[in-house]
Amino acid sequence: MAAVLPGTIDCDIHPAVPSIQALMPYMEDHWREMVITRGVDELNTIAYPANSPLTCRPDWRPASGRPASDLATVQRQALDGFGTSIAIANCLYGVQLLFSEDMAAAFARALNTWMAREWLDKEPRLRASIVIPAQNAEMAVDEIERWADDKRFVQVLMLVSGDMPLGKRALWPIYAAAERHGLALGIHAGSNYHNPPTPVGWPTTYTEDYVNQSQAFQSALTSLICEGVFNKFPALKVVLLESGFTWLPAHLWRLTKFWRGLRMEIPWVDRAPMDIVRSNVRLSLQPVDGPPDAASLEKLMEHMQSDELLLFSTDYPHWQFDGTDVMPPGISADLARRIMVDNPRATYARLGAAVAQGAVA
Amino acid sequence: MSWHVVAPVSEIPPGGRKLVTVRGRPIAVFNIGGEFFGLLNRCPHQGGALCEGVLTGLVESPEPGRYSYTRKGEILRCPWHGWEFDVRTGQSYCDPEKIRTRAYPVEVEPGKSVVEGPYVAETLAVKVEEDYVVVDV
Repeated sequence: MAAVLPGTIDCDIHPAVPSIQALMPYMEDHWREMVITRGVDELNTIAYPANSPLTCRPDWRPASGRPASDLATVQRQALDGFGTSIAIANCLYGVQLLFSEDMAAAFARALNTWMAREWLDKEPRLRASIVIPAQNAEMAVDEIERWADDKRFVQVLMLVSGDMPLGKRALWPIYAAAERHGLALGIHAGSNYHNPPTPVGWPTTYTEDYVNQSQAFQSALTSLICEGVFNKFPALKVVLLESGFTWLPAHLWRLTKFWRGLRMEIPWVDRAPMDIVRSNVRLSLQPVDGPPDAASLEKLMEHMQSDELLLFSTDYPHWQFDGTDVMPPGISADLARRIMVDNPRATYARLGAAVAQGAVA
Repeated sequence: MSWHVVAPVSEIPPGGRKLVTVRGRPIAVFNIGGEFFGLLNRCPHQGGALCEGVLTGLVESPEPGRYSYTRKGEILRCPWHGWEFDVRTGQSYCDPEKIRTRAYPVEVEPGKSVVEGPYVAETLAVKVEEDYVVVDV
């Protein structure tokens, strides 16, 4: 039975690369050989350890192999399972971790081609994000341009923790390309682990790493606003994926407070941070890091000061909730419709575009 | 409202300021290049004494990385948290419609007319040959 309204768009699911072998047909000869010669095995990251409960819900975990790594399973569990009309595939693979810009570009290209051929060509309900070699902005733009004509790619995907704060001008060519092509910029939880995932160094446990992701999102959002990304690229939509959202009101209170006294440092920021968020930033629903009771969540929604900010997501196959209880109690029927249908459509301009399958060779 | 004599012009040179009390209200009087302005000496944020703030310019930007600096000396920064106020209007930069400190009309009048009235000068001895700063409170 469908758990959602007709027309619902799931803005964050995670089809997985079953193994590096799956990408080999889509790699150029040189890089295919380099993978073998250098003995490159899986581009695993510690962001989602294979056996962590968070990595896959028990009832979705396959007997063998990686969760969510074949189309039939994703169709059954994610698309049919929730009854969503469209789901946006954000593939988390360790492309961003590589120190070689060339190898990162080769893997990103293979990964996106694999996504187009093995998933998008075979399932019309799927859309995807373009994975980029964020290590090099020029190469990242090349990868965006390669897929820009394929309207099934609706977003550019970055990790919240890379080599530098996300507002830095070195990354602006990526944002210019995204804006130019009507692609949202999806910023997903995770790190390239070139730097510690917390600002005070390396944590001991996975618990700390995962919980502290919201701090990384706060830093990223502050950087994007203060560096003037939304002044330079006013049509750019940024979607914070798997960020949680209960921290947002308090963080914006704090940012607004200090903007009032320090704004001459960043004079291009000529409106309050909340106004900028309202026009340019969205957040995915799951994981809901909200209060356990409906009344408190309703209060929090008031603090959000907008019913346009949240986008429906299941975060499939990650274990954030059980059964089909993807919407937390305390969301009104009107807000639920906005979260499931209206807000995603308003955010992802390309969802309205006619999709020409196989548009890109 | 009535006009009150608060200082001889010679006491507040251009760029200068004076804190006066009129009808119980603390008012900071500023001389910006020969023009006089009066603001309630109380930041609407948390009550900081605006009279002690730095006078700066208006920093604006057409796009990130470009800085324009105009109206030098016409923007008052609260000494407590740095909120900026337009000396001419009392409006804040951050939320000009909602956050503002009260601005009082200030004029310069010759001593001769001040002596004739209807000006109030409780604490000043007025001389006809001097000009005076008068505030409408």
